Amino acid sequence: MTTALGTRLNFQTLVQARRGGEAMMAMRRGQPPAQALRAAGVLPRLYVMVCGDTGCLARKSDKTRDALIQAMSAHGLDSDVEVMRSGCFGFCSQAPVVVTYPDGIFYCQVKPEDAEEIVTRHVLGGQPVERLLYQPDPRVRQRVARMMEMSFFKGQQRIALRNLGLIDPESIEEAIAARAYEALARVLQEMTPEQVIAEMKRSGLRGRGGAGFPTGLKWEIARNTPGDIKYVTCNADEGDPGAFMDRGILEGDPHSVLEAMAIAGYAIGSHHGFIYVRAEYPNAVRRLERAVSQATDLGLLGERILGSDFSFHVELRLGAGAYVCGEETALMASVEGKRGMPRPRPPFPSDAGLWGKPTLNNNVETYANVPPIILNGGDWYASIGTEKSKGTKVFALAGNVTNTGLVEVPMGTTLRQIVYDVGGGIPKGKKFKAAQTGGPSGGCVPAEHIDTPIDYESLAALGSIVGSGGLIIMDEDACMVDVARYYLEFTQDESCGKCPPCRIGTKRMLEILNRIVAGEGEEGDIERLESLASSIKATSLCGLGQNAPNPVLSTIRYFRDEYEAHIRHKHCPAGRCKELVEYRVNAEKCIGCTLCIRVCPSGAITGELKKPHAIDTELCAKCGSCYDVCRPKAIER
Amino acid sequence: MERYRDVPGGLIPVLHQAQQLFGYLPEEVLDHIAAGLGLPASHVYGVVTFYNFFSTEPVGKHRINVCLGTACYVKGAGNILAEITKELGIEPGGITEDGFFSLEVARCVGACSLAPAVVIDGEVFARVTPDQVKGLLSQYREPAAAPAAVPATARNASVEVRQS
Repeated sequence: MTTALGTRLNFQTLVQARRGGEAMMAMRRGQPPAQALRAAGVLPRLYVMVCGDTGCLARKSDKTRDALIQAMSAHGLDSDVEVMRSGCFGFCSQAPVVVTYPDGIFYCQVKPEDAEEIVTRHVLGGQPVERLLYQPDPRVRQRVARMMEMSFFKGQQRIALRNLGLIDPESIEEAIAARAYEALARVLQEMTPEQVIAEMKRSGLRGRGGAGFPTGLKWEIARNTPGDIKYVTCNADEGDPGAFMDRGILEGDPHSVLEAMAIAGYAIGSHHGFIYVRAEYPNAVRRLERAVSQATDLGLLGERILGSDFSFHVELRLGAGAYVCGEETALMASVEGKRGMPRPRPPFPSDAGLWGKPTLNNNVETYANVPPIILNGGDWYASIGTEKSKGTKVFALAGNVTNTGLVEVPMGTTLRQIVYDVGGGIPKGKKFKAAQTGGPSGGCVPAEHIDTPIDYESLAALGSIVGSGGLIIMDEDACMVDVARYYLEFTQDESCGKCPPCRIGTKRMLEILNRIVAGEGEEGDIERLESLASSIKATSLCGLGQNAPNPVLSTIRYFRDEYEAHIRHKHCPAGRCKELVEYRVNAEKCIGCTLCIRVCPSGAITGELKKPHAIDTELCAKCGSCYDVCRPKAIER
Repeated sequence: MERYRDVPGGLIPVLHQAQQLFGYLPEEVLDHIAAGLGLPASHVYGVVTFYNFFSTEPVGKHRINVCLGTACYVKGAGNILAEITKELGIEPGGITEDGFFSLEVARCVGACSLAPAVVIDGEVFARVTPDQVKGLLSQYREPAAAPAAVPATARNASVEVRQS
């Protein structure tokens, strides 16, 4: 975008601003630059987008961007090529990611020293740099040049993530070009609050934070609650370990959330919004602060938005490292500046929320879906997904899967499609064992249910939840007892301590699990866990406690044999629990290559070349390095 | 504090800023904040001790945060933590005798696709392996190395991605 917007916008100038950016957006969507605009120097020949999401920044993408800018300058290409920062493309395992438009070439793991070659070969020579292209299979030389031809992107449908990777998240001009605030303008000009709510209800959108409550209904309840002052809050306290879709949206397209909050404010009759965001996400906080001030300067937030009679202010509040603050009543206590402890519901926040006033609380991803629903209609959104779970869901794919990152798929996509088509399968040829969904409140989906279509109902039937969308893939080396113990340790540590079932009950469960993984499990432990779990679920005050036993119950349901192996045979089938595992060399299989001797950090393996080696169990630290490197699989455990 | 005196719920923003300023929140600072905002000291203390992010103990010159989120855990973050503990001789929550390093564990920094992650003074290190730990720490031990480049604010925020 060439001209920076200077003054407050009204409905007309907002349309003009968007039209001014249309040619630019067309290029980002793959069309060659419009001739006249190119000739006039308004459009560059090529956009080079360098991902500026936390994941890519951790791989020093800012240095890559600087190097690209310098290389363009050195070749006199400043007016031909625009090197920019973008939001997350989702394919985080290939960080730092660089994508060029309009040709849509996707470069993986681009380092500063690659900049020169990108300029000479791609920008000047017209050929993509082969060695930086995506290679789906390391054993096959074939590479894929274009983003839309990569299997990672083919199975996706991006609605909540629509602008990630397409625009510079720090520029409101770019966001407006990508239709930001168009839905808000339409709502203010053409729709009554009741019509907005009706559209939301028609869409079938359900809360993406985990509970899956119908969003339109929530808005309607908030609208119908009488009150002179009402609040809109955004839950950006993405605490589930392994979930980072909200961070991706906040860092890559912050205006989508601000716009949706203003629409929600109009619908329920509120003029004040709070975003409660984790302090662990400094990059997201910075971009949000910037977006709020940009939108306020342009009259898209604040008093009399776009010259209308509607006013809506947004403030940021930072979390301070308490998981329980993701629970809505705790979140509100924290915004009020108190200890973030939940309280019993009812009264629900829609009746008495922030400072006792009616409050509407939605999650980041839920809000990100609102503008497209207003623009394209609720029926359009409801046409995607399954019978009871409409639309798409963003998953944070992580763990033992080849392609990790953010993926957005229609509800009803099977786990197999996500793991094998989008995710590229399990690395090192290992077997898929289970997927953990829904973080510490969720459960696992074992291999026998890999063809289950993922939506709210089918995961609930399997004893798990969609949750906020964390999807951790585990291979055959994962010990399910240890995984359950891990989650329980987490919830036990994060329990706020207000109600005894959660405070004490999870502690007792954790003690039992700690005994089991240490080889001190007793007959009856499984039953004790189950009985404690059912009391904790029934009597805890908030969602944290009520769901804390889920990972344990779910792993008992599908992997009871692993629990029994730990308890009865003092054996960890996955070889993960160090107290229960012993490494030894199978002399018949050992070829005497000395590889294990070289990798052993404790010097516990001895032997001569071409003769069977041996492990000194006294010295062995049980790190498993030898097991991983042994090619004839002679190391056993 | 002036800015937040009349803002409802202003205590937590003030604590964030105070910690950024002083590195931690000693009792004198808490008393000062309580007086400034017109709140009981017990309320301020209660809030500070509730949240993991606030520290009433001094922190090291370099703050190490090992992510123990699920993805990092599955990818062996436990071994990284063990290696750092061995290398520095301190447990999580501890500080080295020379005050050079302090060690904390984080509940997911959202860099799950690059697991396991370690954050030192706000800079995220991705896909760390146990044998890299020694080299990583020695970068910060050298007096002329990284520390000088880290602005005070980034050093005090427990997790912040350094940007140019």
